[in-house]
Amino acid sequence: MLALQVQNLTKTYANGVEALKGISMDVEEGDFFALLGPNGAGKSTLIGIVSSLVNCTSGSIRVFGASVQRERSRAMTYIGLVPQELNFNQFEKPIEIVVNQAGYYGIHRKTALERAEKYLRQLQLWDKHDKPARSLSGGMKRRLMIARAMVNEPRLLILDEPTAGVDIEIRRSMWEFIREINERGTTVILTTHYLEEAEQLCRNIAIIDHGNIIENTDMRSLLAKLDIETFVLDLRECLEQPPVLEGMEIMMRDEYTLEVSLPRRKSVNALFAELDHRGIHVVSMRNKANRLEELFLRLVDKGQAA
Amino acid sequence: MSGHLNWIGYRTIVRKEITRILRIWGQTVVPPAITMTLYFIVFGNLIGRRIGEMGGFDYMQFIVPGLVMMSVITSSYGNIVSSFFGAKFGRHIEELLISPLPNGVILAGYVTGALARGLMVGGVVILVSLFFTRLEVQHPLITISVLMLTAVVFAMAGMVNAIFAQKFDDIAIIPTFVLTPLTYLGGVFYSIGLLPEFWQKVSAFNPILYMVNGFRFGILGVSDVSIGRAYVIILVFALLLFATCMTLLNRGTGLRS
Repeated sequence: MLALQVQNLTKTYANGVEALKGISMDVEEGDFFALLGPNGAGKSTLIGIVSSLVNCTSGSIRVFGASVQRERSRAMTYIGLVPQELNFNQFEKPIEIVVNQAGYYGIHRKTALERAEKYLRQLQLWDKHDKPARSLSGGMKRRLMIARAMVNEPRLLILDEPTAGVDIEIRRSMWEFIREINERGTTVILTTHYLEEAEQLCRNIAIIDHGNIIENTDMRSLLAKLDIETFVLDLRECLEQPPVLEGMEIMMRDEYTLEVSLPRRKSVNALFAELDHRGIHVVSMRNKANRLEELFLRLVDKGQAA
Repeated sequence: MSGHLNWIGYRTIVRKEITRILRIWGQTVVPPAITMTLYFIVFGNLIGRRIGEMGGFDYMQFIVPGLVMMSVITSSYGNIVSSFFGAKFGRHIEELLISPLPNGVILAGYVTGALARGLMVGGVVILVSLFFTRLEVQHPLITISVLMLTAVVFAMAGMVNAIFAQKFDDIAIIPTFVLTPLTYLGGVFYSIGLLPEFWQKVSAFNPILYMVNGFRFGILGVSDVSIGRAYVIILVFALLLFATCMTLLNRGTGLRS
């Protein structure tokens, strides 16, 4: 079954800005789906329409078969949303925020209290459950929004940049939590600017740019399209000028560091053999950017050039 | 959502609203009590002694229903306008907008919260008034029904204001330039029989006149207008405002882009 079905969706705001230009996409039940795009591409508008915060101009959108336009209440029972901006009452306590949200979904108070405790504990917020939300740190506030979105145990969890501004340790624990939720069957749609996050977590991907979907495929196929990968090599001895190797583009960052653009048809072994042959010894090697990031930039640049 | 689930959602909004009212009781319940105490002392006691009787009652007794109604009107309106606009401004209204709750339940929850504050404040003002005068409620059912209907009408008016408001200034304009003049000219402090005929006719267009007099009839048994007409006018306003609120919420005016 499709968790999300978007057909010919358009949105033109009152000021004339055309945020979505007739996009269509599907998200399968159980998927971990990345929705990527530069700032202002239309991601948040799409999420706003799915969660009924934004009215679409035309097109249709269904969540587990329920039309957001015609069966809003039913469609909303399936969704949990973690928005980009903090949107809870800072004067309330985390426990009140989560329990009240459960109440809006018709969940009995007793069950709501149990679930609130469960998710606040899982997200390491239980020791703050009775403190005003405004006293929480930035990372805690983001986790509170995840706990709130989980309290109705949604079939579709939408995360709009959930890890923005969160330190790496908390970010990784949030990834772990979301991965477990997905493994238990919840469909997850993730937007993020940390492309490493999307590459590690997501199985399918759509890239939006200027209100159009410019790529919609599975992560493996997308990464396979990356025809050139750029590596940074740290050298043992210094070099005066970069070596010239056939079919590879090599630049010097400094006298101890090379940047090698390697076409997919060339193997890394061939690169090392050539360097070894010229007496150049490599101490360490890393990707210049993560693979998805490199591909993303190329796709978006291509879209802008077009 | 089924009726039972909607009922849980409604109770959640009401509980949240009442918790808010009690959490900031220093802003929600105490100020009207202090203001009304001053009215009782200055107008009822000091000036009222020189005025003598009005409508067959001590001036103090005459103004008590009007002052109770004035505090109920400002409290119910103010509660919903600050709570709903505050939620809009802080964006936590999105918690409700993304939920499956129908708009009618959201409206009912907020209106009940405003009604609760109106009744709390009205109760406190009646208690304060008992330090200054004696009250014998003549028609309890009329008293309570007019009080509740008035609170509901002004709660819904506050909702309309909150929906359209874009900034905090917008929630102060209507109370300052519309609500306060209408309340003061709505027979709180005088019987409209004291006015020249022309101004009596003008006063007949003021809905608050019917609410104040309906409530005064319930408590004292006297009124400048017929109680039947007062009910009709209050109910017409209630229906018009309900239809307006539902239309705005269904369209998503000021809430959904």
